[in-house]
Amino acid sequence: MSRHLNRLVTLAGLVPAARLVWEAIAGGLGANPIDAITDTTGVWTLRLLLATLAVTPLRRLTGWNRVIAIRRTLGLLAFFYGCLHALTWVVLDQFFALGLMLEDLAKRPFITAGATGFALMVPLAVTSTAGWVRRLGGRRWAQLHRLAYLSAAAGVVHYYWLVKADTTRPLRYAAVLTALLGARVAWRLMGGGRRAVGVR
Amino acid sequence: MLIKPPSDIPSPEITSEAHYHSRRTFMRAAAAAAAGAAAAELAGPVVRAQGQGGTALPGVNPSPFSTSETRTGFEEITSYNNFYEFGLDKEDPARYAGTLTTRPWTVRVDGLVRKPADYAIDDLIKASRLEERVYRLRCVEAWSMVIPWVGVPLAEVIKRVEPLGSAKYVAFTTLLRPKEMPGQRSNVLEWPYVEGLRLDEAMHPLTILAVGLYGKTLLNQNGAPIRLVVPWKYGFKSIKSVVRIQFTEKQPPTSWNRSASQEYGFYANVNPEVSHPRWSQARERRIGEFFRRPTLMFNGYGDQVASLYAGMDLKKHY
Repeated sequence: MSRHLNRLVTLAGLVPAARLVWEAIAGGLGANPIDAITDTTGVWTLRLLLATLAVTPLRRLTGWNRVIAIRRTLGLLAFFYGCLHALTWVVLDQFFALGLMLEDLAKRPFITAGATGFALMVPLAVTSTAGWVRRLGGRRWAQLHRLAYLSAAAGVVHYYWLVKADTTRPLRYAAVLTALLGARVAWRLMGGGRRAVGVR
Repeated sequence: MLIKPPSDIPSPEITSEAHYHSRRTFMRAAAAAAAGAAAAELAGPVVRAQGQGGTALPGVNPSPFSTSETRTGFEEITSYNNFYEFGLDKEDPARYAGTLTTRPWTVRVDGLVRKPADYAIDDLIKASRLEERVYRLRCVEAWSMVIPWVGVPLAEVIKRVEPLGSAKYVAFTTLLRPKEMPGQRSNVLEWPYVEGLRLDEAMHPLTILAVGLYGKTLLNQNGAPIRLVVPWKYGFKSIKSVVRIQFTEKQPPTSWNRSASQEYGFYANVNPEVSHPRWSQARERRIGEFFRRPTLMFNGYGDQVASLYAGMDLKKHY
């Protein structure tokens, strides 16, 4: 059951990437394809990251315990889009202009924030295996993986800082993230916090 | 003196009905063809806003101010636009601007001027004076295009309405019509969109009022029926769908400056050395090219316009 669910989520999660590839071939990416790729991969990173963070609240709310099985899949999909997003910047947008990229990383807060969000995803992706959960122990693993919230926050800030005036969309993501964090805090206050630790 | 349009003026108002309908038929056929192409369908084709533009403008004079650089395609120019009155995405104007009524259209000229009036567009722009100006357009977002505009020097229009000696600035206003401009129902910017130039900038021979591009009247997404083009400034200075030109003594407010004064100044001259606070302006992506290219001071028009800013600190007056 959970294996089927995972396969389904993986396939669905790859649809935006497949669509990008198709559009790139069919010429459907518009006048500024590099921008379109950057935008799509960035937005899906954020969406999947928030979806990952929504799994636990969803489980608590619905009592549907099996949903936990797709959390790692969603997280890894988010990381996959994060990688595509970062690669788009390095290869397509900047074409390995190292000096200029370093300058951007240091001087452009929105790029710093984006890079931070991405960097935070790396240890989470690496330790996403069952082996790493064992090695770290459930409790420490769960603590480490709270970085996902920080990564998502950095992503939202990155988005918020890069838009010109139309903050509507970044603020929507900020609202979702706030709600997810709020749910977590509320649940802890209600005394359920300890039980969540270590559950995978 | 009232400016009478010559009888041969190529105005959409005199487009014959048969021609109008034949265009409709053509558009329907084109739409059907597009729908038939499964690839295009999957890729989500942008429905081209037409509005009342797209009519051929014959007898346009060439201009020595035109660049010989490769022109950006008509398709790109008409499908990749910043025109927040129709939405925030680049594709939104092409999708949603088609409903805007651009005829009849009058431009109110007022303020410190001897001949204030509501001018019909054909009275303001003399068809016989239309020139093609192939200009670079540099967006503040670090992309650029080369666009063959059709228009007249703004200076010609200004001279005709005779500004008073006290006039120092020219303020421009875009149409406010939320019913036909869905973006105006959100408060992303304060509506209507306003822009302004110093009078000497407005009088500069490079500054034009455009009514067309690629030899045809403007499509709505490009600012039909009449817009400003100031090629040495970031694109947002070139205000679209202008309904008012006002002569003032004081520097007028401008929309993006009002929205974020730390990021967008009144002058907004293209300047690779002055970064936007959040991104570098040193390079740009020319639409259609893969590699970024260096951005030129005053968008490459320094020889013509640098003297306008002699002695000014351009880091301060960004």
